[in-house]
Amino acid sequence: MSSLRAAEVDAPAQKAVAVCETVALVRRFGRRRAVAGVDLSIAAGECLALFGPNGAGKTTLLRLLAGLLRPTSGEVRLLGKALTSAATAERGRVGLISHQSMLYDVLTVRENIAFAAQLHGVSDVPAATGAAIARLGLQGRELTPVRALSRGWQQRVSIARAIVHGPALVLLDEPYTGLDISGARALTDLLRALRDDGASLALITHSVQEGLGLATHAAIMLEGTIRRHEAAAGLDPVAFAEDYRLLALESAA
Amino acid sequence: MSELQPPGLLAVAWLIARKDLAIEYRTRSAFFSSLVFSLLGVSIFYMVWDPTAVRPIDMAPGVLWTIFAFAGMLGLHRTFGLELQTRAMDGLLLAPVPREAIFLGKALANLVYVSSVLAITIPAVVLFYNLEFGSGLLILGGIGVLAAVGLVTVGTLFSSMTVHTRFAELLLPMLALPFFIPVVVPAAQASAKLLVGAELQTVMPWIQVLVAFDLMFGVACVLAFPFTIED
Repeated sequence: MSSLRAAEVDAPAQKAVAVCETVALVRRFGRRRAVAGVDLSIAAGECLALFGPNGAGKTTLLRLLAGLLRPTSGEVRLLGKALTSAATAERGRVGLISHQSMLYDVLTVRENIAFAAQLHGVSDVPAATGAAIARLGLQGRELTPVRALSRGWQQRVSIARAIVHGPALVLLDEPYTGLDISGARALTDLLRALRDDGASLALITHSVQEGLGLATHAAIMLEGTIRRHEAAAGLDPVAFAEDYRLLALESAA
Repeated sequence: MSELQPPGLLAVAWLIARKDLAIEYRTRSAFFSSLVFSLLGVSIFYMVWDPTAVRPIDMAPGVLWTIFAFAGMLGLHRTFGLELQTRAMDGLLLAPVPREAIFLGKALANLVYVSSVLAITIPAVVLFYNLEFGSGLLILGGIGVLAAVGLVTVGTLFSSMTVHTRFAELLLPMLALPFFIPVVVPAAQASAKLLVGAELQTVMPWIQVLVAFDLMFGVACVLAFPFTIED
């Protein structure tokens, strides 16, 4: 079983309450263990960058953290409470940005974001929607149907939808996919602001540079387990990328 | 950041239904395909009908409710299909709302859509077969609503169950159609009695069957739905 305790890495974080914790988390698909025993703890204001080759179990882990998959064994705790299908309020504290946009193509940008805000019970939906639109630079496109936008702009809408309710935990599965330079920069700034505001982030990316630029902690996942985990401060991206490459090669062999 | 006050069951159901109806209004894909299917079905049945062998009042109820069941089926598959195109369903499942509310919202949108198709199919059948319902037309409308409720509750549940499967478009009718029989038979029987000028009291037993079906399957489908979306 791998062990990932981000909160234990440095003293200030150790005192912080874990926003998200997993205990001996396992998820099987038939005989295959996609997640093979992960202990994870992310405190408020922490950002965990999760690296790993395709099929390492990263997306499955993120879906388990979101409560979209049931663990085969083990447990996910969000804000101290077990994340079960009955944990309705806890589920609502998660924001998810995945490979796919999770948007309704024929609805406009504003309608998509407002719908998410209404579902989460945001009290001032127009204000929250407007703020999310402004934060992602979507002004001028509010009334455009999502299907008329490019992949990069759709990704921005998807991010706005995911953060409109101010989630305590933001899960990002390769969020830079499809974004141009300005979009990527805006996303990095946004994620940094979210983290600084106290949100916890778990970020899957293949870009070591982008991941380490944002993360407080970095981890490498291989074959459903966490093989390496450490504080990101002071990490040399080049050396880390080389270690990542070697671990992936070793795993593939 | 605004305060979070998760909406109640009915509020969420209305939100989801409104969203689905807005999508259907803009695309009109399910409604038009069902409507065209219904009108073509009525026309074909009319063309193959021999009025000298079968009286219109014997033919029309079967035509109406058979077409109703198949036309309804066309739109039901789309119910959850549109949530899967971009994994928008994940957004619904992440929201702090009861799973049952998602079912109710989907069923409500389907009810509006199926009722709209029925509202055009009934006059079409009346015109083609030159029927005279008289005051029974109102009762027929009521029977239509009860039948539509039964059809969408069962159909929405099976749509959710089959949408992830490889042969969803085949599986949905295979699973759902047998459950539509207790809806179609009483509706057809009640309609036939209304056509011969029967009073409300005469058709009441069939209406009671429909009400019982709606209540029983309504509760069962709402309770079963959360299990169909667990991954």
